[in-house]
Amino acid sequence: MTQLPIYTEEHDLFRSTIRDFVSTELTPFVNEWDEDGEFPIEVYKKAGELGLFGIGFAEEYGGLGTHDPLLFCILSEELSRSSGGVSAGLFSNYIGGPPVQNAATDEVKAEILPGMLAGDIICALGITEPSGGSDVANLQTTARLDGDHYVVNGSKTFITSGMRADYISTAVRTGGPGAAGVSMLVIPSNLPGFSRTALKKMGWWASDTATLYFDDCRVPAKYLLGTENSGFKIIMENFNYERLFMIAGMVGASRVCFEEALAWAQDRETFGARLADHQVIRHKLVEMDRMINASHAWMEKLAWQVSQGDHVVAQLAECKVQSSLTLEFCAREAAQILGGASYLRGNPVERIYREVRVNAIGGGSEEIMRDLAARQLGI
Amino acid sequence: MNIVVCVKQIPDPANPYSLDPETHYLNRPHEQVLDDTDRYGVEVGLQLAAVDEGTVTLVSMGPAGNMQGVRQALAMGADKAIHIDDAGLKGSGALTTARILAAAIQQTGFDLVVAGTESTDGYTGVVPQQLAELLGVPALTFAKKVDVDGSTITINQQTATGYNVVTSELPAVVSVTAGVVEPRYPTFKGIMAAKSKPVETYSASDLGITDTSSGQSTVSVTDATEREAGEKIEDDGEGHLRIVEKLQELKVV
Ligand SMILES: Cc1cc2nc3c(=O)[nH]c(=O)nc-3n(C[C@H](O)[C@H](O)[C@H](O)COP(=O)(O)OP(=O)(O)OC[C@H]3O[C@@H](n4cnc5c(N)ncnc54)[C@H](O)[C@@H]3O)c2cc1C
Repeated sequence: MTQLPIYTEEHDLFRSTIRDFVSTELTPFVNEWDEDGEFPIEVYKKAGELGLFGIGFAEEYGGLGTHDPLLFCILSEELSRSSGGVSAGLFSNYIGGPPVQNAATDEVKAEILPGMLAGDIICALGITEPSGGSDVANLQTTARLDGDHYVVNGSKTFITSGMRADYISTAVRTGGPGAAGVSMLVIPSNLPGFSRTALKKMGWWASDTATLYFDDCRVPAKYLLGTENSGFKIIMENFNYERLFMIAGMVGASRVCFEEALAWAQDRETFGARLADHQVIRHKLVEMDRMINASHAWMEKLAWQVSQGDHVVAQLAECKVQSSLTLEFCAREAAQILGGASYLRGNPVERIYREVRVNAIGGGSEEIMRDLAARQLGI
Repeated sequence: MNIVVCVKQIPDPANPYSLDPETHYLNRPHEQVLDDTDRYGVEVGLQLAAVDEGTVTLVSMGPAGNMQGVRQALAMGADKAIHIDDAGLKGSGALTTARILAAAIQQTGFDLVVAGTESTDGYTGVVPQQLAELLGVPALTFAKKVDVDGSTITINQQTATGYNVVTSELPAVVSVTAGVVEPRYPTFKGIMAAKSKPVETYSASDLGITDTSSGQSTVSVTDATEREAGEKIEDDGEGHLRIVEKLQELKVV
């Protein structure tokens, strides 16, 4: 099949390498890890050795030196063939790390980035609070400068990799109300005054998720990212790549649903014919394929536009909605086609079904994405 | 140490192969992959080269296509590649292939040549031995372990019942089995770097070979017989006894 000209030989090699890695090192174990509630910490190391965390990070810290959004999509699409939980757990480095790379001092970058890129250090992003995640500008956690330390008080919740993270890029209030009073601090998790508890979830079991507590936690001021009260911009810059990654992951997981349902429908017989010969089932499969192809094509276009420096915030938000609706539809229809088998633990469709909601809510919910697009489009 | 690793680009085994109905040659798509068995040879080469900062040169013959297979081996860490692409070589038999590879290897120089035992598309399994003969060096074959100490190479040669320990002086040719080492994944950095590694391309005549006739032709091709369905044992509570009987018949217990 002819490829789009946006793909290069390197892209093909990246894809085949990640696919090999995923199918040998991750996929065979995902059910076990899901039941265990976490994947082994050594997986970070293996991923680091491969260079899997390096996209968008400077070569001097061990990164790839390229910010190619298509690579990012390929990585996420292929990782999603293991499980959403493993992918999300590994990906916490890609949401916790960029604020450090973009806004930390050289000293702090040197402390965190080489270890993170090698898979020895885990980073997380702490934005959402118990009082709300959509309304970021209204966050409540405070940081007060006291000598050469910030004293942090408050809590964060739903933090991916929160239980295992060594550093958390954390949004705090240093100024007055609203977006203009928000700063980012990267907080080491070994400081006194910091504690955390694990959360049990509907899906993404293999990825640990935590509530974090800061009680007069004294954070050295060198860990401030950028300047005081400039945190909101840092947060917003992060979202574009996070959304692209989520879109690619949703497209990949939708494709897994389609493949599982197709294989099943071509094999299983009811009423004297293959499931795939019943028109109702054939149409379900075509509908899935149709929606996946549309989402995938839009994802590729957006990745290309981002690589060209286009400002596509509204379209990324819309495409994230498109992709979670696609995933929701595909998980449902695949489950219907598999019948009872889709209800059994250990079946990829069962797992993906449980992963739908977090994709439709996390990283900006469908409602918030539509609202953002409306504002960006000047509606 | 100057190590040459023979690698082959083959059609992706994940897709069904097709043969040209007239010539019976394998249809080779533009996109080919590195033969899986060659990943072991590349890994052996890289590990041996790492000991004394040696170099690993890949030698490959066949239509270039998009060169993805060779780039895969470069991305694993090989230093450079020599590629022989010549329309006249289409359908070459093992001996012609060995003559071409030997000429290229002779030209670049070598202390050790590493090859897989056989390719996954042709399966002749004789190229490494022919190569050694043409290069005038010993062939150490079917290695499941390779050690080099100074100018001596020692291998554990896989046999039906165990292994032979075989040694020789370098230069030599060694063919390695799958399982000799655990091949590394190309790293992301390796993939980026592969783009700028040198690849020299030659035709047969560039290497001084004018007679490229294969000396063999495929007369006919027959489909492999389909495997017969196995025997189903219905378990009426005594099924395990039938299984034991069956295993005894096959003399495995
Ligand atoms: C498994 C998981 C992992 C996560 N990982 C992280 C992480 O690593 N870091 C992090 O910071 N956060 C993380 N999150 C949090 C996630 O980003 C938030 O859940 C999300 O932003 C929504 O925030 P909320 O849950 O507080 O819902 P709320 O903001 O309270 O919203 C509740 C509902 O109301 C809707 N809503 C809100 N405002 C409006 C409005 N103006 N108009 C219409 N509808 C509205 C929302 O769409 C939502 O459906 C994670 C969440 C989950 C479930």
